[in-house]
Amino acid sequence: MQHDPSATPRRNISKAELFFGFLKIGLLGFGGVAPWARHIIVEERRWLSDREFAEILGIGQVLPGPNTINAAVIIGDRNQGIVGVLLCLLGQMAMPLVIVTLLAVVYDRVAAIPEVGAALIGAAAASAGLVLGTALKMIRNIRPTPLSYAIGAAGFAAIGLLRWPLVPVVLVLVPTAIAATWWERRK
Amino acid sequence: MTGVLAELARTFALLSLVSIGGVNALLPEIHRQVVDIHGWMSDAAFATAFAIANASPGPNVIFVSLIGWQVAGLSGLLVATFALLIPSSVLAYFAGRVLTRWSHHPAVGVLRDALIPVALGMMLASGVSMMRTVDRDVVTVLISLATTVFVYTTRRNPLWALGSGAIANVAALHFS
Repeated sequence: MQHDPSATPRRNISKAELFFGFLKIGLLGFGGVAPWARHIIVEERRWLSDREFAEILGIGQVLPGPNTINAAVIIGDRNQGIVGVLLCLLGQMAMPLVIVTLLAVVYDRVAAIPEVGAALIGAAAASAGLVLGTALKMIRNIRPTPLSYAIGAAGFAAIGLLRWPLVPVVLVLVPTAIAATWWERRK
Repeated sequence: MTGVLAELARTFALLSLVSIGGVNALLPEIHRQVVDIHGWMSDAAFATAFAIANASPGPNVIFVSLIGWQVAGLSGLLVATFALLIPSSVLAYFAGRVLTRWSHHPAVGVLRDALIPVALGMMLASGVSMMRTVDRDVVTVLISLATTVFVYTTRRNPLWALGSGAIANVAALHFS
């Protein structure tokens, strides 16, 4: 595996940058936060390379809790310690909490308008494409080994195609991935 | 009132520590707790809250925040949100510290490399699950595929694609 040559990761991101970066991630994070987190962290602000972002997202994925919240905790702590953690969490949650309560208040009045429903479904369909396109882009930039491809494909097939429950899949896939990676490195 | 808040806190703090895969993986259990056991919301209100949370930006934790809001107003929102986020975040904090501290240990390198394909496979899977849930006709499938290509081939802000998707689907409503 190689680093994405286009990314030049930076270190020691300031408290204000962390807060406003995650505020933007939360505000834009329609239909899943991970693609937006990658767009802002990797492409827009270049805090991390694609590979570093995938590592942190992977850790966030297998721990309990939402993956992007866990990633925010780790990124906040690495740059600004516990204050950074709080700023990243607050940043990511602030706008969504305000918006969700506003939507709850107006929901009954706007839900019956057909255009509103069609617009939401259209944006949700685009969000699905955003998640797919982001995952494919990360795969392109990270250039996994054939073995990594096989592990990722197995996880994708189990969850995305066969729709098996997540927890048992993770419990089998993670040890398999660790054993395979260890074996690959030993060669 | 404080009884309800304490019950919200206890319920979601316990769920926090088993929420591998985030809130969506917990959906059946949240439904059982909120509708069946505690009777905080009706089935219909639960489904509506889920739809509203999905239409909002942000991590899907906000579905739980919204349940708190419906059950006990602003204090319910804050209690439910913190209860769900604090236990798992504390765990992530210490896990992140351990991994940073031992980052040069070969075992940590293996772990990090091993989790990359897991994260990528899960992300692809969630994209396909979203398509299956949302895309009900040719127009929505085309919107999803066009956005995939847009995001893969450009570095432009994905908001362009989301806005275009919304407009395209409203247009399809009028021309069909």
